[in-house]
Amino acid sequence: MRLLTPLVLLVLALFIAALLIGPAGIGPVESLRALIFGGEGPIPLVMREIRLPRAILAALIGGGLGLSGAALQGYLRNPLADPGLIGVSGSAAVGAILALQTGVAALATLALPAAAMTGAVVGVLLVLVLAGARGSSLTLILAGIAISALAGALTSLVLNLSPNPFAASEIVFWMMGSLADRSMTHVWIALPFVVAGAAMLATLARGLDALTLGEDAAEAMGINLRQLRLTLVLGVAAIVGASTAVAGAIGFVGLVVPHILRGFVGGRPGALLWASTLGGAAMLLLADIAVRVVLPARDLKLGVLTALVGAPLFLHLIYRTRRAGL
Amino acid sequence: MAVTTCPVVPRSLASVRNSDAISLVAAFILGVGAAFASPDSGDPGDLAATDAPRRVVSMNLCTDQLAMMLAAKGQLLSVSSLALDPRSSAMVEEAKAYTPNQGLAEEIYLMHPDLVLAGSFTAVATVDMLTRLGIPVVRFDPEYSLADVADHIIRMGEVLGREDQAAQMVTEFRAGLAAFQQGVSRRPRAALYSANGYTSGDRTLAGQILLAAGFANVATEAGFSDAGFMPLEVLAMEMPEAVITSHPYPGASRSEEIMDHPVVQAVRRSGTSGSFSNADWVCGTPFVLRAIGAMVDLRRRMGAR
Repeated sequence: MRLLTPLVLLVLALFIAALLIGPAGIGPVESLRALIFGGEGPIPLVMREIRLPRAILAALIGGGLGLSGAALQGYLRNPLADPGLIGVSGSAAVGAILALQTGVAALATLALPAAAMTGAVVGVLLVLVLAGARGSSLTLILAGIAISALAGALTSLVLNLSPNPFAASEIVFWMMGSLADRSMTHVWIALPFVVAGAAMLATLARGLDALTLGEDAAEAMGINLRQLRLTLVLGVAAIVGASTAVAGAIGFVGLVVPHILRGFVGGRPGALLWASTLGGAAMLLLADIAVRVVLPARDLKLGVLTALVGAPLFLHLIYRTRRAGL
Repeated sequence: MAVTTCPVVPRSLASVRNSDAISLVAAFILGVGAAFASPDSGDPGDLAATDAPRRVVSMNLCTDQLAMMLAAKGQLLSVSSLALDPRSSAMVEEAKAYTPNQGLAEEIYLMHPDLVLAGSFTAVATVDMLTRLGIPVVRFDPEYSLADVADHIIRMGEVLGREDQAAQMVTEFRAGLAAFQQGVSRRPRAALYSANGYTSGDRTLAGQILLAAGFANVATEAGFSDAGFMPLEVLAMEMPEAVITSHPYPGASRSEEIMDHPVVQAVRRSGTSGSFSNADWVCGTPFVLRAIGAMVDLRRRMGAR
């Protein structure tokens, strides 16, 4: 696998860079020593409680979103599928906001990710039903627009109804996503579900490869399509739900990364799964470094950067799809 | 018919004479409606100046409170609805005696004011419209220092024709302030920290309250002389001896989660923590003395004299 080593090295390098960049301005050696060996004073606190959770979440969520995008694209055999674009992230955000604003999230730690996942399941099912098993680009995008618009409206409605004066200004967080001021608590909320979801999606590699030959051929090869679809829905919902619950809806990662890496894995959806996981982690780490370098004190939202990269690519993909006459 | 029953309308009509016909019609229609607005408050009796305004409407939380403290009986008609919110207003009980307004041009016009009090950043479009309709509007800038507080009390006294009461209030305010200005041997380093990491440096009223109470402000040391968002990392590196956070609002928000972040908790554990209620801090009124008093108590609890 000539792609594996460079991708792993890239993710590692970006992870370390993410740990070393921040407004506190601590030297790299000192930072890493405080991170690993701890000690007294504020530096271990900054490294372990602020930068480490932020870097872990960027890698975890980016990897999860890249993997979800690759899996959805493989199943729908459509390069335009991305959890953010088709409204799954938005639906997850609605679930998370409902849990937070009703106070359910404060009762049990698992309530927040569970509610976000429920929202995500509703979103995925709606898309699959509306777009059909072999979603044509048009119905897929239309379904995505409708679900995203509805989710956005519900998000705004619930946050505007909140008695908290800050809630309404957080609409942009839920729609664009950010990793600012997250803590290890958020890592522990998201990690188990993202890992479980990734493990489920990883089992789809053979099925997705077989599906490139068509549904009948795949079934003839012994692939259980019902089970494949169920695993896909639950896996994507677990990843997107848990990610959105702690970081908001971050779009385009699942679109851009599989697109860039598809050529390197010979167009095989199965191999694209792990490649997109690493690529997604790299992309979100890079985006999170960029927001801190560009506007250190302003909490620029991650979705702004991913959309600036992703939206032109999306337009290009639509143009190409149209020319292919699909 | 309504025009004749409302003594203020002719003056408004006269002053809009030069503007376009639409304003005139609007003023006329609104004038008719004003017959149903709150009843005339009667004889303001003890007003010093005869040309003092008699129907005053305030549409800003801070002018609300200064006006309630200084206005003669019956002189003030309405205060903003924020004055009834205990999280922002230090005078909720007093505010119940007045008609609340939402700061909309229409409702304020219908109250028929001869003076509107507004903040300099209060709904600019609304204030402009009231001015066009011929209603005198006095705007107050936000207070950035304790000296501004005294200036605003005097100015409020002037616009309400209550100079003597204002002068007395300023004397009391300065005396209260002087009581806090006994020598402070050591200034503990403190940070004000609220939603989204919002902090206030020395060039803000909140920063001045902190200084008057004998603290040194960490935000200013870290380069935030004005108000701004101080990243968690900077707070952690500064390691203040006291973190003073705001009281959270009901309902959840991500913005306020920062006050429960492990880093803020760790800084709190290593030092002292306090909290501030917006009501006494947000406006430049004599209530800032109460805020300073609470902070002096906090400093004494820390063992610094």
